[in-house]
Amino acid sequence: MKKKLSTGDIVFEVCLVIFMVLFCLVTLYPILNTLAISFNDGFDSIKTRVHLWPHQFSLDNYKTVLSKQSLRQGALISVLRTIVGTFISLFFNALLAFVVSRKRFLFKKGVNLFWVITMYVNGGLIPTYILIQKLHLLNSFWVYVIPGAVSAFNMLVMRNFMEGIPESLEESAEIDGAGYFTVFVKIISPLCKPVYATIALFVAVYQWNSWFDTMLYNKMADKYTVLQYELMKMLQTAMSQSGSVENLKHAASHVTPNAIRAAATIATMAPIVALYPFLQRYFVTGLTIGGVKE
Amino acid sequence: MATNFTSYSSPNFDKKLSKREHLKKELPKQGFLLVAAALILIYGIIFYYIPLFGWITAFQNYKPATGFLHSEFIGFKKFQMLFEDKTFWQVFRNTVCMGIINLILHFATAIIFALLLNELRNMVAKKFIQTISYLPHFLSWIIVTAIVHDALSSEGAINELLLNLHIIDKAISFFSVKAYFWPIVALSNVWKETGWNAIIYLAAITSIDPALYEAAEIDGAGRWQKMAYITLPSLKPTIMILLLINIGNVLNAGFEVQYILGNDVIRSVSDTIDIYVLKWGISQFDFSLGTAAGIFKSVVSIIIVFAANYAAKLSGEERLF
Repeated sequence: MKKKLSTGDIVFEVCLVIFMVLFCLVTLYPILNTLAISFNDGFDSIKTRVHLWPHQFSLDNYKTVLSKQSLRQGALISVLRTIVGTFISLFFNALLAFVVSRKRFLFKKGVNLFWVITMYVNGGLIPTYILIQKLHLLNSFWVYVIPGAVSAFNMLVMRNFMEGIPESLEESAEIDGAGYFTVFVKIISPLCKPVYATIALFVAVYQWNSWFDTMLYNKMADKYTVLQYELMKMLQTAMSQSGSVENLKHAASHVTPNAIRAAATIATMAPIVALYPFLQRYFVTGLTIGGVKE
Repeated sequence: MATNFTSYSSPNFDKKLSKREHLKKELPKQGFLLVAAALILIYGIIFYYIPLFGWITAFQNYKPATGFLHSEFIGFKKFQMLFEDKTFWQVFRNTVCMGIINLILHFATAIIFALLLNELRNMVAKKFIQTISYLPHFLSWIIVTAIVHDALSSEGAINELLLNLHIIDKAISFFSVKAYFWPIVALSNVWKETGWNAIIYLAAITSIDPALYEAAEIDGAGRWQKMAYITLPSLKPTIMILLLINIGNVLNAGFEVQYILGNDVIRSVSDTIDIYVLKWGISQFDFSLGTAAGIFKSVVSIIIVFAANYAAKLSGEERLF
């Protein structure tokens, strides 16, 4: 049985489809356009506007990106901070979440309160900078992974999940003589895989996308530069000069700053876009576990 | 803390005795928990609580050489300097205005997008669009500002579109006109976050009782009416809670977009409190003034959160605490 559509419903449906098509276009066009420019000959991109497909295919932009020492170093540090930062953060947040989710833990309330307070007040930029300076963490790799390793928000998401695990599992292990360490490693952690995956992904994306800490703490140490920071410097150069004049100067080499920047942008986006389809279900679970259960 | 474990001991025993016995029994077992909690507590004191004590620098004439133990106390002088500084009120205005614009657009776009997406009947299309919609959330602000910059540059897609449609006859230089800056920041946020912010509403929509829609259909309601009179009102509690959470972030309106896209021509509308703190604190080495500005921001944020919560309580709405 097919219901007859009223005129109002048809208008609604048409507007809806137009809106959704526009939405997808606005979201995807800039990304696909950057992709096309990155694979197009730099000089050609100045002459005629590239839209979704390169006119004159070229890999020179990527070759130039790969040949730049600063970008290679940035990529290495970005990968390192993402891996190291994610593991450290995951381990300590999980451990703390385990401790505060134990019903019989003697200082449960106090420890919980201690961490919840950190979500609402913080020292701010300058006092934190002074602390980092005093701890001799300026110009070092560790400034990326140590401050912020334990975060109350991530810990609370994990704690909420752990509190949902039946206590009887822990009790039966205890009767078999297991201590809290064994319970944490052998019983709780294997059950927490979904929430661990979610938090790991949030931390990994955060680490990969960070650049401000590089600018603030490691400006002088080129060997600890990150990809995003290098990209920001390229963007600032592009903004300070009139783009087209600068591009024309390099026209002879067929590799223009804008084309190189497009290639670097794609390279920086690539890991996230490539992993995105596999990981998105964890992102969504994370938001609903953490967000709804305030 | 003591109240935590009394419930586990038998009520027949003398309470004091059972507490002590309980402690005696539990303490050795909880060694692992205690050591782990203590180690992470030390970390927390260093990285979260010591910077709070650092607020003291705002009341001192802080010199890096003397540290905050030996710097001279000057009371509220730095705050006085701050409040007499015209630029500070300018960045405060910028932060508040951009924060409010962002907050309104954040809610409006996320709710409208969730409502419309929910109306799509083709499940494949719905899934596809939703997946695309939150991709920008995971891109860094550097990439997003680069995209915004390229789209709005004089040879960019927006100028090209406007020229081809004969709406303008000369390319607009978007980044050198003050009036365009706040909308640019707002639209950057919309581009990046709409899909992501909509997730929570889409989740809330799935929990609406289908019987409500059936009843409305019998009464002859069209799709538009069902959306306006059933879906939207059902989202009200979610909207209220999220509003209370986000209203405290109004002064965190931003740093990254404004820092990257701001330039000398439009500085008076682009700089925010965070940029002011960075400039005075880190570049000019006036740690005390930077800290004072940071404290002012925190205090105002906390007041806003409590005021909003109190207002919600008065009007009988959902509230945080």
